[in-house]
Amino acid sequence: MSFNPSSTFLFILAGIIILFVICQSLFFLVRAYKRGKTLGMDMAKIRQTIISTAVFTFAPAVSILLGVITLSKFLGLPLPWLRLSVIGAITYELPAATTTANALHVVLSETVTDPKVYTAIAWVMTLGIFPGLIWVPLFIRKIQGGLMKIKDKDSKWGDIMMTALFLGMISAFLGMVFADIRSGLKGWIPIFILLFSALLMGICGLLIKKCNLKWLENYALPISMLGAMVFAVFLTPLIGG
Amino acid sequence: MKIQNYSYEDRTHLFGRIWILTALVLIFSFPIAACIYYDAWPGFTPVLKGLLGVAPIFWTVGLIEVLTFVPMLGTAGSYLAFVTGNLTNLKVPAALTAMENMNVKPGTEEGEVVSTIAIATSSIVTTVIIAIGVALLVPLTPILNSPVLKPAFDNILPSLFGGLAVVYVSKNWKISIAPLVFMVVLFLIAPSLSSSVGVLVPVGALIAIGGARILYKKGKL
Repeated sequence: MSFNPSSTFLFILAGIIILFVICQSLFFLVRAYKRGKTLGMDMAKIRQTIISTAVFTFAPAVSILLGVITLSKFLGLPLPWLRLSVIGAITYELPAATTTANALHVVLSETVTDPKVYTAIAWVMTLGIFPGLIWVPLFIRKIQGGLMKIKDKDSKWGDIMMTALFLGMISAFLGMVFADIRSGLKGWIPIFILLFSALLMGICGLLIKKCNLKWLENYALPISMLGAMVFAVFLTPLIGG
Repeated sequence: MKIQNYSYEDRTHLFGRIWILTALVLIFSFPIAACIYYDAWPGFTPVLKGLLGVAPIFWTVGLIEVLTFVPMLGTAGSYLAFVTGNLTNLKVPAALTAMENMNVKPGTEEGEVVSTIAIATSSIVTTVIIAIGVALLVPLTPILNSPVLKPAFDNILPSLFGGLAVVYVSKNWKISIAPLVFMVVLFLIAPSLSSSVGVLVPVGALIAIGGARILYKKGKL
């Protein structure tokens, strides 16, 4: 049988799994929404949150789609579509495909035609990331139990610790932006974009506080992110990146 | 114990486990079905060779991500986000921003609701956009791959984290100083580390928690 990495069979297979994940998301969305009602939460504000999250998601989702396109040149469409819609990220899938292709002495610039190479890559991608799905059910209660203990003992410290946890994550990504500055002005582009995004967020904050534009609260992050991306389009050719 | 007697939290764990373990089976079904359908089992050695290059780091990062993100995402959010992936660049910022806007804290019942709603919404929107993109790949590819738009997508992380930094760093600048200075210096000394930023997330978290503890003990927080 001749092998086509974009065959109908593989599309159907990937489609079924992706459909399952949409069902899982819908299940938890509806359940959480109902729970919010039971808890007497402000449902109008929750509906606003749904809309603003959808708006915020747009740009990163298109960026993920670019990852699908990148991988599809080598792997066809179904496998990258599946891997980047479910569980994976381009930062995992590209190295997994690259190391397997290198091990099998196959070049990534051409579409894979050997089904054994294709299945080897599919296995490495699957086996490379699947433990995450086991760690969650295995450790979630222990992690949450530990956090509850800390909060019960000292609730203020519990809150501070949670904030510190997130700030640690932000710091790693903020630090990463400085990685290329030794390569000259070109290396400063990500910093200028970061600062522009921060500036837009600051302006949104001022408008929310001074002009009482409460609705902007939900859209400040998408505005600063998309604004900074547009800024990148103009800045990069100007600096010569 | 009967399911009717389970608390909401217990039922979330039960449903979460059912969904996540079914997802695990389905994820494995892709390579298995492909091997059977094309009669193309790759053999142990090629898979092991490929796996050796990525598994040590991916499995470690996977464990670190669970330890770091579960406290932020909550129960249902974690069961969902780890299936749908793209955590640091999408699900975690989406959940935390939604909680910030709704003025609820992670780890509370309200925080659990908001985080789950944000992650579920983000997952659905992402899946739909990717599906539309795949369906319209031929007309979309030249637009998305155009050199004009390339800088925008190359800089999605600074665009995202610049805004987030203003919200969180400005409110908690005392806690932020130590991990920020450490990370900036580290990346200046070793720029190549940017390819393994995921491993550095818990390092940043530990420095932030350690610094915060000292400040808290001194009564400065």
